[in-house]
Amino acid sequence: MIISIASGKGGTGKTSVAVNMALSIGKAQLLDCDVEEPNVHLLLHPKISQTEPVYVSVPVVNEELCDHCGKCADFCQYNALFVSPEKVLIFPELCHSCGGCAIVCPKKAITEKKRRIGTLKLGSAGDLELVYGELKIGEPMAVPVIKEVKRHIKKGKNVILDSSPGTSCPVIETVKGSDFCVLVTEPTPFGLHDLKITVQVLKDMGIPFGVIVNRADIGDKKVHDYCDEKDIPILLEIPFQRRIAELYSRGTPFILEMPEWTEKFQILFEEIRKLVGK
Amino acid sequence: MKQLTILSGKGGTGKTTLTASFAVLAKNAVLTDCDVDAPDLHMLLHPKIIKTQEFKGSKLAVIDKTKCVECGLCREKCRFDAITENFGVDPFTCEGCGVCTVVCPVSTITLTERISGHAYISKTDYGLMAHAMLSPGESNSGKLVTLVRQNAKILAEREHNDLIIVDGSPGIGCPVIASVTGIDVGLVVTEPTMSGIHDFERALQLLKHFNVLPLVCINMYDINKNNTQKIMRFCEENGVNVAGRIPFNPIVTKAMVNGKPILEYAPKSDVAQEIEKVWKKILSVLR
Repeated sequence: MIISIASGKGGTGKTSVAVNMALSIGKAQLLDCDVEEPNVHLLLHPKISQTEPVYVSVPVVNEELCDHCGKCADFCQYNALFVSPEKVLIFPELCHSCGGCAIVCPKKAITEKKRRIGTLKLGSAGDLELVYGELKIGEPMAVPVIKEVKRHIKKGKNVILDSSPGTSCPVIETVKGSDFCVLVTEPTPFGLHDLKITVQVLKDMGIPFGVIVNRADIGDKKVHDYCDEKDIPILLEIPFQRRIAELYSRGTPFILEMPEWTEKFQILFEEIRKLVGK
Repeated sequence: MKQLTILSGKGGTGKTTLTASFAVLAKNAVLTDCDVDAPDLHMLLHPKIIKTQEFKGSKLAVIDKTKCVECGLCREKCRFDAITENFGVDPFTCEGCGVCTVVCPVSTITLTERISGHAYISKTDYGLMAHAMLSPGESNSGKLVTLVRQNAKILAEREHNDLIIVDGSPGIGCPVIASVTGIDVGLVVTEPTMSGIHDFERALQLLKHFNVLPLVCINMYDINKNNTQKIMRFCEENGVNVAGRIPFNPIVTKAMVNGKPILEYAPKSDVAQEIEKVWKKILSVLR
């Protein structure tokens, strides 16, 4: 079963939920898909066994074959090529690696080369397997790195995916193909507003979901009212406790010091399994 | 005209809380919310929209099934796996590149514009505001951020504002890059947690990459004073100015629930006082 952990608003506790759930159920694969700011390894302290570069393809123009017709630049939807009468300029950060420029070039002057945009790390902590990606500083596109992380999903395993915040392409790429998505929110106007946007995305994508309310006793009751009204299951409530916040700040998953929570996460996992029907 | 962006790397460190307070303190600024996929600033500043613009971010391939011969070439050449089993296009996967349109032997695929969101220009009690809403699940947030910032610039020039304040999104990817290019100061808001420290260091590297002067603000600094010390030391060693340290106070959540900037809701609170100090520091650096 593949479970993704997402939230519109940042800092609601996605990583904490992902790590504590994985530790509670054991023998799982934990994939940190927040490649812009991966944090799972800071809580899990894994042994890294493998580090690999992540590449994307970008065009290279053979100026001897090129007659500067400009068809490649006309085709490119991302303005990654600019053709002057003398030279072709390539802006690799804008390229989406679709390969179209090489297809439309009548002189076959375009080939592709690899460009590094990030790093993939594989490791383990106890019986958990960890995979995470790191986008290189200054690189805009997280999606190819997320794809590379997800390529390591093992069939038949329990897989937990930690997403980046928001509702745009990195989140779509992460939750795509999940059996279930857990939305972590907090009971504040910001939490509710961003929850509603994420709910819309998941409905459009046809992915079943439920909500975890973190810091459940701060703010107001409007997240609860909204979930009631829309028939969205609230799977778990985690109260605001200074102890939990302090443990997180030190990089310690709170179930390790508060073992009474282990069972709650196990029950949560079983409940999700029932909802998914697996 | 100067530009200030509030960013953080990690989400939920207090970017919007600070931005809303700066909006109260700034005398002559245009306010912008560049967290276009989960914008929250409007819930504290209550803008009245005066102009709405459609945002056409990316294109979408459409297959005319009446002419399709189901040869499968489009599916083979699409690097985003956007062509489904029965020759439809998955809108969540299609990046609008157009490869399918050129490889199709019967020319039955076209690229169509799709409306990926809206940009707004609004009035608030604190000045004009440029903001936007990306449609749920759409891509190209960086492009929409650029549009919002262009709008802010036009407003600032027209109204002779001397500052643009930009509320950024979490992360360090395309929307954040679009929020920091060409600005004068980037205020990185962090918290004294292991994740906060890790993400703030990456946010600082991003500012360095784009030659932007950084300032740091440590929010909820008393949650873990050891970690706060670590951040202070890191900043000192790297020549980065710390503009202030804001204590943890549940009143911040109360202000949010009441839909008000903390500086209006509880101007005498320790949080508000410290934010004023941060603001003075920012102004001194901007000058």
